Amino acid sequence: MNPSAARYRWTQTALVALLCIPLAVLAYDFVREIRQPGVAFGPDPAETIVRYLGEWAIRILLATLAVSPLARLLRRPRLVRFRRTFGLAAFSYAVAHLAGYLVLLAGLDAATFLADFVERPYITVGLAALVLLVPLAVTSTRGWQRRLARNWRRLHRLVYAIGVLACIHLLWLSKGDYMDAALYGGVLALLLGERVARYTMSRRRRRGA
Amino acid sequence: MGGGAALALGAGAAHALSEDWLTARGFRPGMPIEGEETTPVEYATAYNNFYEFGTDKDDPARYAHEMTVDPWTVDVAGEVAKPGKLGIEDLLANVDLEERVYRLRCVEAWSMVVPWIGFPVKTLLDRFEPTGAAKFVEFETLHRPDEMRGQRSFFSGIDWPYREALRLDEAYHPLAIFAVGMYGKVLPNQNGAPLRLVVPWKYGFKSIKSIVRIRLTRRRPSTTWNDLQPREYGFYANVNPTVDHPRWSQASERRLPSTLFSPNRIETRMFNGYEEVAPLYADMDLRRNY
Repeated sequence: MNPSAARYRWTQTALVALLCIPLAVLAYDFVREIRQPGVAFGPDPAETIVRYLGEWAIRILLATLAVSPLARLLRRPRLVRFRRTFGLAAFSYAVAHLAGYLVLLAGLDAATFLADFVERPYITVGLAALVLLVPLAVTSTRGWQRRLARNWRRLHRLVYAIGVLACIHLLWLSKGDYMDAALYGGVLALLLGERVARYTMSRRRRRGA
Repeated sequence: MGGGAALALGAGAAHALSEDWLTARGFRPGMPIEGEETTPVEYATAYNNFYEFGTDKDDPARYAHEMTVDPWTVDVAGEVAKPGKLGIEDLLANVDLEERVYRLRCVEAWSMVVPWIGFPVKTLLDRFEPTGAAKFVEFETLHRPDEMRGQRSFFSGIDWPYREALRLDEAYHPLAIFAVGMYGKVLPNQNGAPLRLVVPWKYGFKSIKSIVRIRLTRRRPSTTWNDLQPREYGFYANVNPTVDHPRWSQASERRLPSTLFSPNRIETRMFNGYEEVAPLYADMDLRRNY
């Protein structure tokens, strides 16, 4: 193996391990909670766990969106290779977030969660964000990238809409305090703004040429 | 210098309610609710909504100690014959304390069972002699950003101070109490020390904490959550399983503590199980007046 490939492999492994840390912390707390109820998650473990998973899903989703701008900023285009790992991690946390809601909060009661999906707008947009992530996760492989060719890029632009939906989900479930929504929404606006600025500039340049 | 300050304090101010004060006063013990477990004290004092100290459930337990409750005065004004501003000890000088074990149902669809120590709202209001024109009673929480970090938050949508109100006949219902203690002790700051309202048939946000002002009025006062989101938080805010909050169902609730293996979901009852208040709303459409 050549040195650069070895370094890539190593970095990749380290990145996966890093992205698993929040999950490991949760697993550790889970064991503590089973041994002594209330000690890790307080009186409302369901809410605590679901919220925790949701927060990590949105953080990692924003990290995914930050990879390309960062690669451009640092002039290290090969960083983009790590985007898929971030994206799949965001998807995994989002799935765990939904599973946590279904099992712990809704108690797997179909009447409860089906009514929530339809009647609670914040849940509807959250679910929509997750559903839209599915095709992106499925087509994240190199094989699909090749098969879809130019359409792959088009398809994966969906992630911008998903980011917006995730932030709306957070905003609509906020009650009286908008700090988290403002924080994550602000980061998203910055990351999307960078793309809009680049697009506008490149169009102007093309027209000028 | 130090001596002067101590003298000034000793001369005028009322002192906070202490454990010694409560022991000296004593209280009539209450009955537990049959078939329902009382929530363990470590949960009821560590899982709170008191946005003056932050919006996370553990923020109040973490930061409420920053609030000074000694001295504490309560200002009673408006449609009363004898308005006045009284220190908390004077205010409570002649009331008989009793324990009341009540369900507490939060608008967020969780609930607890809490043994409060307090006295009927009527007892205190009568002392100030409300006039015939008084139709509502308004309560206000302490506003002191120096000591209440939530009030300093830039991202808070709330227009401080926190305000709540009841119709006077609601306030006079024997179930409505002012609490000064819980679990056999004086109220911890995070639960609304030294004086809070407890209206067990209404969603928890009506039971305003750390009260410094009471005003009797002719017209319905504006109230904090109702101002902020009138579609979500009505003025009456009676616990009602048939009227959903726009963002979640109110048909059931999670009785805390829940566990990893069970959400501990139970059916929500009309008026939180306190059906005896129904006559207060006899001619009202409670779907419209939610």
